[in-house]
Amino acid sequence: MSSYSTNQFKGGLKIMLDGDPYTIVENEFVKPGKGQAFNRVKVRNLKNGRVVERTFKSGESVEAADVHELELQYLYNDGEFWHFMEPKSFEQYTADDTAMASAKNWIKEQDTCTVTLYNGSPLSVEPPNFVELEVTETDPGVRGDTSGGGGKPATLETGAVVRVPLFIDVGDKLKVDTRNGEYVSRA
Amino acid sequence: MSTPARAWQPAASIEALRFRAEVVARIRAFFSAREVLEVTTPVLSQAGATDPQIDSLSLRDAQGRHWWLQSSPEFHMKRLLAAGSGAIYQIGPAFRGDELGRWHNAEFSMLEWYRPQFDHHALMDEIEVLWSELAHSRHTPWPRYRYVDLIEQATGLAWAQCSAARLRAALEPQLGTLPQDLDRSGLLDAAMGLLISPQLGMDTPCFVHDFPPEQAALARVEKDAAGQPWARRFEWFWRGQELGNGFHELTDGPEQARRFAADRDQRRRQGQSDVPADRCLIEALSHGLPDCAGVAVGIDRLCALLYGAENVSSVMAFPTDRA
Repeated sequence: MSSYSTNQFKGGLKIMLDGDPYTIVENEFVKPGKGQAFNRVKVRNLKNGRVVERTFKSGESVEAADVHELELQYLYNDGEFWHFMEPKSFEQYTADDTAMASAKNWIKEQDTCTVTLYNGSPLSVEPPNFVELEVTETDPGVRGDTSGGGGKPATLETGAVVRVPLFIDVGDKLKVDTRNGEYVSRA
Repeated sequence: MSTPARAWQPAASIEALRFRAEVVARIRAFFSAREVLEVTTPVLSQAGATDPQIDSLSLRDAQGRHWWLQSSPEFHMKRLLAAGSGAIYQIGPAFRGDELGRWHNAEFSMLEWYRPQFDHHALMDEIEVLWSELAHSRHTPWPRYRYVDLIEQATGLAWAQCSAARLRAALEPQLGTLPQDLDRSGLLDAAMGLLISPQLGMDTPCFVHDFPPEQAALARVEKDAAGQPWARRFEWFWRGQELGNGFHELTDGPEQARRFAADRDQRRRQGQSDVPADRCLIEALSHGLPDCAGVAVGIDRLCALLYGAENVSSVMAFPTDRA
């Protein structure tokens, strides 16, 4: 089992705390003039995304988390699990509903996602920042409305619902920013 | 872990290095005008710092002799004072292993000066004047907080109530979970380092003084009116950073020898490497160190804050990762 000393701490390092994998967001070395030195870190729980502050005595060792990121291609959903493939090795990975929380409403087959593996299995899946998806359901478009005000909901082919301008119609392809779920433009 | 590639360029801009040079020149002019003698003492010594919280860097020469890189020029400078130097100052490198961060670099530049016949409050007065000259600011007296008052303000605990359990119960709601094996003195360090000092000296700089006797280091300890002993030690803070640490210096040779021995005991108990105590310092104190106060100031931090920077590497040509 490998471990890191606090003097190896830096943003992005993956460590185990209370049995969960965390990534270090921020690390600050703090030493009162003549006293105990500390590493004060902000860490994000990779399972639930919560950020907490933790304090270590400098020089302490912390268990390393077996976590790394891969770019994987989304293959298909079998109704329960989402299946991904590493495009060079063809190795396949299976993600469950929890890991898919932020990706499942945005991705189509063959999209490339950033997958965080923990002990070899997908812990979380990040969709591409921008996706192009077709509108499957929305109120009829209002031609000539360029006011930009208002807007209406539109359902996309993946099931996601985004707010769109009034002129958008069923069948239009839209570019959407997956980080905030906002409409960007017509694709 | 692999060593990341080093950049050949300096970390600081040339403009920042010019600024730094000007600050250092003004410090020299300040002491010259006050007839404080500039001295140069060895960086390599046959004795190190026994303080368990300081990681003294050491090296071995080809003959197998062990040398320590100074963590401060304090011992050599006190030997000069005992030999009758009068007021002295020095600007030079100091080394502390394992100290690396936005405000720390293993090799740093230290200004240290000693004033015979001063106590720690007279030395604080002089720091205020030096800073106001460097910062081009009018001199107004700074707040001087007692250590216990700050602890009480932050934790709601009177000094007599500050047990490890109560400190932990008061601190964790504010700081989150703290390391389980912190003892009372570690928890006091957490209170001061993590909770109190980041808020200190935001408008004008300030001082914290009268530390608990177990944190006396090389300061003398005296009892207050209530019979409670306090170390005559102070720290200087500006914008949440500690800039200096000063003492009304301990002049008692046997007491200094006892503190060195206690440090080495603690190092042994904690499984740290042994560091020989400096016998020459004990002998110098026994010969007679004049009543004096001294302070060490981190030049890199001082320059960074005067420059408006957010880290020391902005004013260092080559911090550790480029050295």
